[in-house]
Amino acid sequence: MKTNIYFDNAATTPVRKEVYNEILPYFMQYYGNASSVYNIARESKKALEKARQQVAKALNADAEEIYFTAGGSESDNFALKGVAEAMQKKGKHIITTQIEHHAILHTCEYLQQRGFEITYLPVDEYGKIRLEDLKKAIREDTILISVMFANNEIGTIQPIKQIGEIAKEKGIYFHTDAVQAVGHIKIDVKEMNIDLLSLSGHKLCAPKGVGAIYIKKGVTIQPFVHGGAQEKKRRAGTENIAGIVGLGKAIELADKEIEENTKKLVYLRDKLINGILENIPYSKLNGHPIDRLPGNCNISFDFIEGEAMLLLLDSKGIAASSGSACTSGSLDPSHVLLAIGLPHEKAHGSLRMTLEHYNTEQEVDTVLKELPMIVSKLRDMSPLYETFLKEKK
Amino acid sequence: MMEYSDKVMEHFMNPKNVGEIENASGIGTVGNAKCGDIMKVYITVENGIIKDAKFKTFGCGAAIATSSMATELIKGKTIQQALEITNKTVMEALDGLPPVKVHCSCLAEEALHAALWDYAQKNNIVIEGLKKPVDDIEHLHNV
Repeated sequence: MKTNIYFDNAATTPVRKEVYNEILPYFMQYYGNASSVYNIARESKKALEKARQQVAKALNADAEEIYFTAGGSESDNFALKGVAEAMQKKGKHIITTQIEHHAILHTCEYLQQRGFEITYLPVDEYGKIRLEDLKKAIREDTILISVMFANNEIGTIQPIKQIGEIAKEKGIYFHTDAVQAVGHIKIDVKEMNIDLLSLSGHKLCAPKGVGAIYIKKGVTIQPFVHGGAQEKKRRAGTENIAGIVGLGKAIELADKEIEENTKKLVYLRDKLINGILENIPYSKLNGHPIDRLPGNCNISFDFIEGEAMLLLLDSKGIAASSGSACTSGSLDPSHVLLAIGLPHEKAHGSLRMTLEHYNTEQEVDTVLKELPMIVSKLRDMSPLYETFLKEKK
Repeated sequence: MMEYSDKVMEHFMNPKNVGEIENASGIGTVGNAKCGDIMKVYITVENGIIKDAKFKTFGCGAAIATSSMATELIKGKTIQQALEITNKTVMEALDGLPPVKVHCSCLAEEALHAALWDYAQKNNIVIEGLKKPVDDIEHLHNV
């Protein structure tokens, strides 16, 4: 029988029922433009500011420090380009890491073409940067440090508070791409000395096409979209009220439930990881065993390729993802897996399963039952496994 | 994920000719683990006819499906007929492949040629129109 198990929540999440219900009136009932003065427009304005409060509260920021965007990628672009342009008189050096999301890496490439210098910090075998490397990379002309809160592929959480301390001490802005972390890990921008933070709605059960950026009061940054006076003239354009209402509600719920969800997810995640490592030989966990996102499981299987695994899982109704070249749209496997030192062949054989609060233990059990058969089917077809077995004899 | 034809999915889900042939007349291995595809094709040749063909493949859905189809197509053919099987033949038989997966069908063609080359070498014969396969398998042993 075909099951239906969605274990790809780091790619996107379904909209929560409570969020969906909250959004609905803003399509046909309260459709007013928040910049207008009449009654239904005031409803939009009220909803906008309520959502801003909800986002701010979850981050321990002030509402006026929250700006709504169209998503995580836009927020990352905003932070990097906005600070680079505004601060280029002070310097043109930016520090980031080798394992960032492409929204950061490709923006850095763009800035490089425009005369900025970028240092890409390496990571250790678990995907963590070394604070020593960061300290050494800082120069007189460094204007921004951008380090992701938690990695989207391997789930590793960076020492954000320590990075924030270093940045503050040196008077350098600190941006973190927290798209995967928000709603899953407790974040306090004040305590962590974060100057800019990117987040996205659809990673925490809000709709796609909405995100936010936290910009600490006093940070010098260029506006991102020029036009009307929305978002204090930093991001023009009529606000996506329905999406923003959804983001506000979703982040409020996620923040309220963070402790119980973390407990549940860590249990499910570790059951999944341990179940796989114990039952499938020649498999290896990618990412940090403890400092990782509560719902992230990323494992490499020797001798087989990721896309083939995904297709077989899909035929059983299980949705997951992989860092293999065939799923990345290029000839190279995931840059994150290569950065943690995996050889190409092991990176091709990676499988990422990412869980959310609504996933169940029964689903984990089903995957644990199906996966060994899938891996062994592909290994039986693999010339690498054949060679390995012969050499073992 | 890729949009595969029903034929490709059929050959991926239930591949034909998976396995090894002991004392094969020819074995061809192409591709490398670095780029994510390795195909190993075994053939048995009797009286100039390819009596049997089997494969082992490390790779994506398309790599497995093209191996399955290529070995199906080559069985029962004369050597000259087998040489006429190109990546296009394999692709057409599978009702097409997504553009980024065309290289898998090229690999299948190369694997067939490599097995025929190996057969020719072992039997000291020259197969007209057959070129020496590219040696690109060093990663096979480094995994």
